[in-house]
Amino acid sequence: MEAGMSCLTNPPPFWKNGPQPGGIYNFPNSSATHSNTSESQRSAYPIVTGTSVLGLKFNGGVVIAADMLGSYGSLARFRNISRLSKINDSTVIGCGGDYADFQFLSSVIEQRVIDEECLNDGFGFTPKSMFSWLTRVLYNRRSKFNPLWNVYVVAGYQDEQPFLGYVDKIGVAYEAPAISSGFGSHIALPILREEMEKNTNMNENEAIALVQRCMKLLYYRDARSLNKYQYAVITKTGAAIHGPVVPETNWEIAHLIQGYE
Amino acid sequence: MDSQMNELYGNNGPKQVHFSPYAFNGGTVLAVAGEDFAVVASDTRLSEGFSIHSRDTPKTYKLSDKTVLGSCGFHGDVLTLTKVIGARLKMFEHSHNKKMSTSSIAAMLSTMLYYKRFFPYYVYNIIGGIDDEGKGCVYSFDPVGSYEREAYRAGGSASSMLQPLLDNQIGFKNQEGATVVPLSKEKAVALVKDVFISAAERDIYTGDAIIVQVVTKDGVKTEQFPLRKD
Amino acid sequence: MSSIGTGYDLSASQFSPDGRVFQVEYAQKAVENSGTAIGIRGKDGVVFGVEKLVTSKLYEVGANKRLFNIDRHIGAATAGLLADSRHLVEISREEASNYRSTYGASIPLKYLVDRVSMYVHAHTLYSSVRPFGVGMILGAHSAEGPELYLIDPSGVAWGYHGCAAGKAKQNAKTEIEKLKVKDMTIKELVKEVAKIIYVVHDEVKDKAFELELSWVGEITGGKHELVPKDIFVEAEKYAKEALEESDESDEEEL
Repeated sequence: MEAGMSCLTNPPPFWKNGPQPGGIYNFPNSSATHSNTSESQRSAYPIVTGTSVLGLKFNGGVVIAADMLGSYGSLARFRNISRLSKINDSTVIGCGGDYADFQFLSSVIEQRVIDEECLNDGFGFTPKSMFSWLTRVLYNRRSKFNPLWNVYVVAGYQDEQPFLGYVDKIGVAYEAPAISSGFGSHIALPILREEMEKNTNMNENEAIALVQRCMKLLYYRDARSLNKYQYAVITKTGAAIHGPVVPETNWEIAHLIQGYE
Repeated sequence: MDSQMNELYGNNGPKQVHFSPYAFNGGTVLAVAGEDFAVVASDTRLSEGFSIHSRDTPKTYKLSDKTVLGSCGFHGDVLTLTKVIGARLKMFEHSHNKKMSTSSIAAMLSTMLYYKRFFPYYVYNIIGGIDDEGKGCVYSFDPVGSYEREAYRAGGSASSMLQPLLDNQIGFKNQEGATVVPLSKEKAVALVKDVFISAAERDIYTGDAIIVQVVTKDGVKTEQFPLRKD
Repeated sequence: MSSIGTGYDLSASQFSPDGRVFQVEYAQKAVENSGTAIGIRGKDGVVFGVEKLVTSKLYEVGANKRLFNIDRHIGAATAGLLADSRHLVEISREEASNYRSTYGASIPLKYLVDRVSMYVHAHTLYSSVRPFGVGMILGAHSAEGPELYLIDPSGVAWGYHGCAAGKAKQNAKTEIEKLKVKDMTIKELVKEVAKIIYVVHDEVKDKAFELELSWVGEITGGKHELVPKDIFVEAEKYAKEALEESDESDEEEL
C-alpha cells in the first residue's frame, strides 16, 4: 500500500539499480541479498571485544603480543582474559575482536587438535595449515552473512622458517614480517616497520623489547587497552606464552596535553 | 571514505556497526599481448582504507606454463577465487590428461564469476597468456563474468589512469600520422614499468613494487621492480 | 547352540522360546574368533595389550591397529570384527567430542561407557540391524583413579580390575587372576600384560602375531598413549624369556 502511494507521488528514476562508478551491482529486492539481510542481523556487531594484536618476525622466530582486556563498549569489563592461544609447539594464535567468537573457535580448534592426536599418525596443525584453515572458516562464515567478528594473527615456526599471518572477519589474509590488527596498525605498525628497516637481522631479545615498547605505547594511546599483556615467542625449540606483563608507566608529561576539554 | 575519515579522526557520533562482506584492498593489474608473448603485471601492495597491510603481496597468479592471471579487488575473494581455479585446473588435468588452454581457462573463469552473479566475487581479473596458435593473448573480465579478448588491458584501482596511456602507447589512439609498429617484448616490459611508476605517483592503492611476468612459449619469466613505498 | 536352525536366529528382534537372542550370541562368537585383547587396572593406571594376529606375511607391519585413542585420556582395545570396532571407536570419539563441546570438560569414562553401551544395545533390538561383533575394552585414569570397562556385543558393560576378550579370554583371565593387580603399578603391569599375550597365544593354530601395548596412568600424565619403544622392547623381551623358561621347565617335567 505504502509502496503504491509513494509510486504515485515519487515516480521512480529512469535508471536505477546500476552500480556507482567503480562500485558493484546491488539489487535491493533480489532473493539472494534479501534473505541474507535478515541473517546478517544475527551477529552484526561484536559484544565483548579485544583490541590490537601485534606480531613480529625476527631471525629464527616470531613474537606476538596481545593485552588482557575484554572491553564491553567503552567499559573495561574483563581485565584478565587471555587473547593468545597455544595450538602446539610450533603454533600460537592471537585474537582481536569478539571474545565469544574467539572462545567458540578455540573450542573447535581444541577438538580438532584432539582428533589429530587420536589418529596418532604424526600429523597435526602446522602454522601454515592453521592459517589456511582459519582463512577458509572466516571467509565461509562471512559468505553466509554470519561472520566470526575477529582478527587472527597466526604465529609459528615451520620448515626452519618463522611464519606470521593475518586473517580478518571477511577472509582478507596475508603474510608479512610485521603485523598489527586494529588500532595498533596505526600506532604500532609504523614503528615495527621502521625498526625492522633499521635492523634487518633482529634477534629474539631485540624483537621482544620492540614489541614490549609497542605494547606500552598502545597502552598510552589506545583507550581500549590495558597495561597488562601476554606475549608469545615461537622458535625452533618450541612455543611459549609469557606473562602477564605489567609494564611500568610514566605519566609525568600527561599534564602537558591539554586544550581538549 | 567519509566513514573512514570519521573513524580515523574520531569525530563520529553514535554509530551502528554494520557488517559489510566486502573490502577494497586496492592493487592494479595489467596485461599486454604481443605477437608471441604476453606480459602480465601487478603491484604488490595490499591496503585497506589508509592503511597498508602488506608491501609484498603480488596479485599475479601463475596458472600454467602458458597462462598467468592478474586478480585484485577484495582480497578475500581473490584468495578464494584463485584457490578454486587452482582446484578446477587440477581436476581438469587429471580427467583430460592435459593442461587447460588459456582460452578455456578464460571461459571457465567467466562461468565461475557469473555463477556468483547475485553475490559476486568483487574481483577484477585479467588473464594473459599464449593461445592455441602460439600467439599472445589477453582476456579481461568484469566482476560478474563478462569477458572479451583484447590486445591490452589494465584493471583494478589505477586502471582508469593506465588504460588511456596504454590506448595511446600501444593502441596508437589519438595520434595523428603515427606509424603502427608491432610491439616488442622489451618495449612492452619497459612500458609496463613506466605506466606503473606513473600510477604509483597518483594512486595511493598502487605502490611498493611491481611483479612483471612474461609468458612465452618457453614458459613464464618473472621479474620484480621497486615502486615508491609511500 | 542346540536351537540352531529352528528359525529363531534370523533376527535380533526376536527371542527364542527358551529366552535367548541368538544374533547376539553369534556376535559374541565373532568376538571369540579374534585375537585376544586384555586390559588390566593397576594402582596407578590401566594397561592394554592386544594379540594382533597376522594372517599373511604380505601385510604391512603395524597396519590395522586394534588399540585406539578415544580422547586424550581414554584408550580402547578391541577384539572382534575390525570394521565394527572402528565404527564403535568413531562413535566413542563423537561422544567424547560432544561432551567436551557441551560441558567444556573431558568426558568421564563411566558416562562414555554408558552412552556407547546403549548404542551397542540398541543394535540388539531391531530386525533391520545386526549387533556389533566387538568386545571393546575401555580404560582411563582420572582424579578418582584408574577405571576399566568392557562392553559386550549385548550392550552389557562391567567395570573390571582385569578383563579379556577374544579367543583366549579364559586363559588370559586365569593368568590375570594370578597377579595382585591392585598393588601393581602400570610399569610393572606392562611386562605382565606382554607376558600374558605371549602365554595365551596359540602358536600351533595361529602362526604370526604382533603385540600391541598401550597405557594410561599417572606416569603418562593422564594421557592414553602407546607404550614407548624402549619400555615396549623391554616388556616383550621379558615376555619371551618367561615363555622360554616355562617351555624349558615343561621339557624337564617330561
